[in-house]
Amino acid sequence: MTSALSANLLLAVPLAPLAGAIVAGFFGRAIGRSGAHYVTILGVLISFILSAMVLWDVTQGSARFDATVYEWMSFGGLKMEIGFLIDGLSALMMVVVTFVSLMVHVYTVGYMAEDPGYVRFFSYISLFTFSMLMLVMSNNFLQLFFGWEAVGLVSYLLIGFWYTRPTAIFANMKAFIVNRVGDFGFILGIGLVVAFAGTLNYAEAFAKGGELARLMFANPFGGEPWMLISVTCICLFIGACAKSAQVPLHVWLPDSMEGPTPISALIHAATMVTAGIFMVARMSPLFELSDTALSVMLVIGATTALFMGLLGVVQNDIKRVVAYSTLSQLGYMTVALGASAYSAGIFHLMTHACFKALLFLGAGSVIIGMHHDQDIRNMGGLRKYMPLTWITFLVGTLALIGTPLFAGFYSKDSIIEAVQASHLSGASFAAFAVVASVFVTALYSLRLYFLVFHGKERFRDKPFPAADDHDHGHGHAPHESPWVVTLPLVLLAIPSALIGYLTIGPLLFNGFFDDSIVVDAARHPAMRELAQEFHGAAAMALHGLTALPFWLALAGAVTAWACFLWRPGIADAIKAHSVFVNRVLDNKYYFDWFNEHVIAAGGRRLGQGLWQGADLGLIDGAIVNGSARVVGAVAGIVRLVQTGHLYWYALVMVLGVVGLMTWQLWPFLSSLLLR
Amino acid sequence: MTGVGTVTLGHFLSLGAVLFALSVIGIFLNRKNLIVLLMAIELMLLAVNTNFIAFSYYLGGMDGQVFVFFILTVAAAESAIGLAILVVLFRNRSTIAVDELDELRG
Repeated sequence: MTSALSANLLLAVPLAPLAGAIVAGFFGRAIGRSGAHYVTILGVLISFILSAMVLWDVTQGSARFDATVYEWMSFGGLKMEIGFLIDGLSALMMVVVTFVSLMVHVYTVGYMAEDPGYVRFFSYISLFTFSMLMLVMSNNFLQLFFGWEAVGLVSYLLIGFWYTRPTAIFANMKAFIVNRVGDFGFILGIGLVVAFAGTLNYAEAFAKGGELARLMFANPFGGEPWMLISVTCICLFIGACAKSAQVPLHVWLPDSMEGPTPISALIHAATMVTAGIFMVARMSPLFELSDTALSVMLVIGATTALFMGLLGVVQNDIKRVVAYSTLSQLGYMTVALGASAYSAGIFHLMTHACFKALLFLGAGSVIIGMHHDQDIRNMGGLRKYMPLTWITFLVGTLALIGTPLFAGFYSKDSIIEAVQASHLSGASFAAFAVVASVFVTALYSLRLYFLVFHGKERFRDKPFPAADDHDHGHGHAPHESPWVVTLPLVLLAIPSALIGYLTIGPLLFNGFFDDSIVVDAARHPAMRELAQEFHGAAAMALHGLTALPFWLALAGAVTAWACFLWRPGIADAIKAHSVFVNRVLDNKYYFDWFNEHVIAAGGRRLGQGLWQGADLGLIDGAIVNGSARVVGAVAGIVRLVQTGHLYWYALVMVLGVVGLMTWQLWPFLSSLLLR
Repeated sequence: MTGVGTVTLGHFLSLGAVLFALSVIGIFLNRKNLIVLLMAIELMLLAVNTNFIAFSYYLGGMDGQVFVFFILTVAAAESAIGLAILVVLFRNRSTIAVDELDELRG
């Protein structure tokens, strides 16, 4: 195990984007618009090249780095440090993050060209890249938490980037608050680790995993005691739930589409939302010890995968369809983690980052072409006008629905097979859900694709004008986007098509993750069984043609074609006959309604009650004014004693002295009197 | 044996008590003159001094007598200050009648 990686090189990876962010953020006015994009793109480019070198070193020389570069403070035995842990997992994440980030930086030059907040935007996305790199490169919980919160902050800033829109402000508040709920669980989990393992360092904490697994908790509700490790892992997973938008903390992600499209691609699809998945994979030595936590992940992931996918079918905003698709795919990754197939989850994370970034950037390109109209019912037939966007979007869609040989196929099929090989409770439900959602995925993806790129050209008459339609009479044809927009599309389309085929062998079955992910193969044999059945990427694709998921995807594609292209009447007829289902889907299973009317309203009522009862009533009324009133009342009686005459005071004083002496000398006096 | 004519500790203490009671009554009964009040307070201190000396003499310790010196000194200082205050008071209010000094009434 030679360590060819130097700390300075690794430091440069996150610091280059940070430098870009600082220069663009603080001196943006001085360097101008092009200066801002050059400096940030340069920063991310440096970071990407270095990350690629690190990944190369890791794959070739199995280089590994785990050390502290700076000690922030230490008290007691607890050290707070900044350090890096570089192994297969983090090196892969670094490359994914910097690659997508680089693509998005270039794309933004075209997408945000007319926006007054251009420089600010570049500063933010570079800051995001820095935060995300700190998160994935960390070797301790504190730095992980720092990165976690920093990406949350940047996400907040960027969802509310267009701060004059009330909907954007609402969406970023929502994202922030929902993430606080998750962070509460996350910090409890970290706290439990620190309390019982006594360290923030990953390696030291993982080494004590076995000890932790034997500790029990008294159940606060009575009954069986809880395993400490399960409580810890579930707390950590609650954090992952919010960040990776799993049911029931997913509500912020669809609304986050209020942000500019490049952000939707970078933060809310490709990288930040996968932080939860990464975190669980990183904590695999702990999660492996708790079957309960794994089962919870299976069930929650499967629920998210199936039910959020269904919502994608009824959405009409191009970005929201892709957003629900992201939720569904994150559900797949969570299921993979639950089945102990961490490497398959990370593999899907990587392929998903490519094709989902592609789809979002493609959607952004369509939005530019459509002059910022996002309603897919107003599109149609764009294939002719935006050929490059069309072909790359098609590649992304095929990858997403799992067409054999495309990237998504390999990762998704691995997950499905891993789940089927899992024996934990909840695994059968998860297996059903992930297979069923293959159909759903194909349905909504191709619905989107057909409605946007094929069929009647509806953009001239605009049957569904947007509420804030600033389209002052230029209902002219869409146009292809400039090269800075299409270049990233092409660069992302290539890995979306090929990366699964090229990397499934080395990543999943060649021990690439052996030193970063721990799987207890005896109890959770999913990955081992997968490895036994794997005979090369091409054979897997061939075998995929005969398997159920492929036919389900095909059925979904045909359904989408029939309902939305061949006979558009079918979709309306189904809609008319399933009013109830339709209403539930339109209201997104009433999660927002519940949050709004139960949690938020309950919170407001509780606050009102505390204000009226506790603050006004108890503190102001009883304690503050009450004590003043008591003093007043007592003084009203006591003032009668104050006559102002000296002899009266003297008399009271003497009487007091007599009284006190009588009291003190009572035993002596009583013996005198009784004698 | 203590016969008639022998002066005992009880006699001294009785003298002190009588002096003390006189001064207390003086304070209550006197409604007119603040100077009489000061004199009553001096008398009270003298009653205490008598007790100190009596105890000191009959118990054979010197502490009580030392205390008396201190008390006398302080009493002298106190009388001087008290009289000075009285003069100022009289200049301001043109009276030193105790009944009329009831500014502190609540």
